[in-house]
Amino acid sequence: MSIRYTETHEWVRLEGDVATVGITPHAAEELGEVVFAEGKDEGLEVVTGDVVAVVESVKAASDIYAPLNGILTAFNEKLTQDPALVNSDPEGEGWIVQMKVTEPQQWEALLTPEQYKARHG
Amino acid sequence: MSGTLQSGSETSGPPLLKTPLHDLHVSLGARMVPFAGYAMPVQYTGVLEEHRHTRAKAGLFDVSHMGQIRLRPRAGHTPQEVALAFESLVPINVADLAEQRQRYAFLTDEAGGILDDLMVARTGDGLLIVANAGCKEADAERIEQAAGDVFEVERQFDRALLALQGSAAETVLAELFPSVTDMKFMDFREVTWKGAPVTISRSGYTGEDGFEIGLPAERAEELARQLLAHPEVAPIGLGARDSLRLEAGLCLYGHDIEPTTSPVEAGLQWAIQKTRRPGGARAGGYPGAEVIGRQLVEGVARQRVGLRPQGRAPVREGVELFADEQGKRKIGCVTSGTFAPSLNAPVAMGYVETGCEAPGTRIYAGLRGRYVPVEICALPFVPTRFKR
Repeated sequence: MSIRYTETHEWVRLEGDVATVGITPHAAEELGEVVFAEGKDEGLEVVTGDVVAVVESVKAASDIYAPLNGILTAFNEKLTQDPALVNSDPEGEGWIVQMKVTEPQQWEALLTPEQYKARHG
Repeated sequence: MSGTLQSGSETSGPPLLKTPLHDLHVSLGARMVPFAGYAMPVQYTGVLEEHRHTRAKAGLFDVSHMGQIRLRPRAGHTPQEVALAFESLVPINVADLAEQRQRYAFLTDEAGGILDDLMVARTGDGLLIVANAGCKEADAERIEQAAGDVFEVERQFDRALLALQGSAAETVLAELFPSVTDMKFMDFREVTWKGAPVTISRSGYTGEDGFEIGLPAERAEELARQLLAHPEVAPIGLGARDSLRLEAGLCLYGHDIEPTTSPVEAGLQWAIQKTRRPGGARAGGYPGAEVIGRQLVEGVARQRVGLRPQGRAPVREGVELFADEQGKRKIGCVTSGTFAPSLNAPVAMGYVETGCEAPGTRIYAGLRGRYVPVEICALPFVPTRFKR
């Protein structure tokens, strides 16, 4: 299973043509305790950089951007009850949206774990 | 994602000032951010936990970035003359403020706008003002211009100011200063602590019982460490300070109040004593008195209100408010909003057209292209626990 990153602190896990998207532990730590999360509607067609969800911490609201072109298929409904999962398990239970990827070749343009780590520790 | 990832690592602009407790904050693991020109701790363990700790026990805040300004009579003048002269800047009754008492005040401009909000204490020899960090130099200049030959202004910007807030604040502080148990809300004292001149006021900006303690910079860490050694006391950052003051319904300068808002619009007329209102013994005499006096009599077109968004989504500063679900008639704007840890729900403050301000009124906030229901509600959101 492979994972890649965006410059804007999203992580993406690709399984077949389904991408799961969340924010990195670094981003979750910087954002502070998440108190609210909300995804855009399922079925929405998005391109790289479109807003797919919003997470709000005590401090601020942050948009989550589509790392790849595709169609939104799910928002992590667990976050409705327990938004702090984004902090406690950002790369696991705290995933934010899933999407069906329409242009898988875009994957290659995303940051590898080594590249992301080099930029953001 | 967008948001706050760069906030802690600004590299442009002049170097940030440090409070006397800077090294202590860093050693306690604080995340430091730029605030009003200072490097300030925004959080230590987390905003929610720090917020709840303050209400349940006691929180120690570094508010040394705020400006302490001393006003002392010049030769041939009295403290009472200082108080009267200072009244030329504020719509507050300072002349009748008893010695060792403190009062909330604000500086106004000619249009009746708020230039800063302050705490004013009557000391034995004049006044002690506490001003907001971003305004303190301008305030001091303004006060100097009003001083004439009556008083001199001493900028005590190098002094430290700690705030100990929360239900355990009295018990904790009484171990060092037993006499604080005799103080009521807004009492003020000058004491000596191990040879250092210390000011103590029973006040704060969290809605909790608590104290603000002013002392020389070089003694601040020693006092802070002593307070933090108490098991009830935790260090608290700006993040929780903001959610605490918002739950308490208190205005944040530069957000809920500023030069474009008048004290009457902001609902601060309670702070303008009868003496200074139209018909009072010392009515007017401050900048904008005509505007504010008229507003006190005739009312205003918009008012600050408490807002309870009905969903879970926080409604933040800048969000527009509407009378209707379709967002057709704009009636106001949010000036502060966050998630209230004590209520486990979002809260906000803002301004709405007069007529929409009654608690219980349902209005709508424009949030990411939708209009979410918001209920106007009475302030504070969380009952205050001052020791009257």
